[in-house]
Amino acid sequence: MSSSSYSRNVARFRSYFSALAVALFALGSVWTGTLEVQATEEEHEVEISIKDHKFEPDALKLPVGKPIKITVKNLDATPEEFESYELGFEKIIAGKSEAIIRLKPLKSGTYMFFGEFHQDSALGHIVAE
Amino acid sequence: MLAALVLVFREVLEAGLIIGVVLAASRGVGGRGSAVFLGIVAGIIGSAVVAFFAAGISNAFDGRGHEIFIAAILLFAVVMLAWHVVWMAEHAREMTQQLRQLGSDVTAGRQSLFALGAAVAIAVMREGSEVVLFMTGIVMGGTETAAQLLLGSAIGLALGAAVSTVLYFGLAAIPLKRMFSVTGVLVTLLAAGLAASAVAQLSNAGLINVLDTPVWNTSWLLSEKSWPGQILHVLIGYMDRPTGMQLIAYAITAGTIFLLGFMRRAPADKPVLSA
Repeated sequence: MSSSSYSRNVARFRSYFSALAVALFALGSVWTGTLEVQATEEEHEVEISIKDHKFEPDALKLPVGKPIKITVKNLDATPEEFESYELGFEKIIAGKSEAIIRLKPLKSGTYMFFGEFHQDSALGHIVAE
Repeated sequence: MLAALVLVFREVLEAGLIIGVVLAASRGVGGRGSAVFLGIVAGIIGSAVVAFFAAGISNAFDGRGHEIFIAAILLFAVVMLAWHVVWMAEHAREMTQQLRQLGSDVTAGRQSLFALGAAVAIAVMREGSEVVLFMTGIVMGGTETAAQLLLGSAIGLALGAAVSTVLYFGLAAIPLKRMFSVTGVLVTLLAAGLAASAVAQLSNAGLINVLDTPVWNTSWLLSEKSWPGQILHVLIGYMDRPTGMQLIAYAITAGTIFLLGFMRRAPADKPVLSA
């Protein structure tokens, strides 16, 4: 492969990837746009705290059909990973800090969640009805 | 101890499988060893940095920072892997011939090494930051079980590395003729899976609100959290409950890479080296 055709390839790739970047940016802007709209939609807010590697409360009753915002406060000094297979999220929460989990509107049912770093004690569930 | 072993093993395996595939896909590229090594080192340093700033990252963008950050690095990895596959498609023919004739590394063509190193660094950083935080927690906890937990973590790390090595040698055993097409497909599906994961992150952050419900559910057949499910998830992006948007991202990514690779492939009627 000659060097001129190589540099042509590189140029093509550059233009391809910059087009990709622009497209991603545009998509990003659209998403940020929908974000504003979504903020007006009513979120059901709840709070869970983690203390001594246990959830408080460890059983939550949540409404169906509404977006949910869970604020998880980790009161322990050690980090925890808040995770649920059924709800499809995992998020690390550093020690003495908090994190926000957003859930799509739920269907009625029971959903388990746990702290991955302390699976023997950090267990809880959500009942949506 | 077992819990620590399993947790660390899982994270190391996830990064290790990606490294194994990428290494196999770049067989014959001179200098790939040091590129991958540098990638791993950069990834480990990155892990520590990300772990240190975990709270800050998480709280950025109204609590969406973690998801946005992961999605961004995943998409970057997708672009790097795409670049690598296309570059390999272009050079597979000459590399196969040179490998066969010389039995040594191809000296030409190190352009894709940056992409290779970057993809490895991201894989290590993503999984590694979790391991770093987990181990920090153990040390900070300071209980009498800390030594046991650390021992478990060390065994998990060694096992993860061992399984990844087995995968690499398995792939490396594929005859040269088939080698690059097999690994090219593997890396393409790997990249498509990462793109779908990035979509899942953005969806979790509430930034994607269309086509965000699962299209099907095959968790009864093969759970994504089971060992085989997890390995398939890393290697080819298996999802037991994919959303419409994830399927679209997967298809577009795989399609784009296949198409680019096909277009850039060295023409068959023009031998690169005289046999």
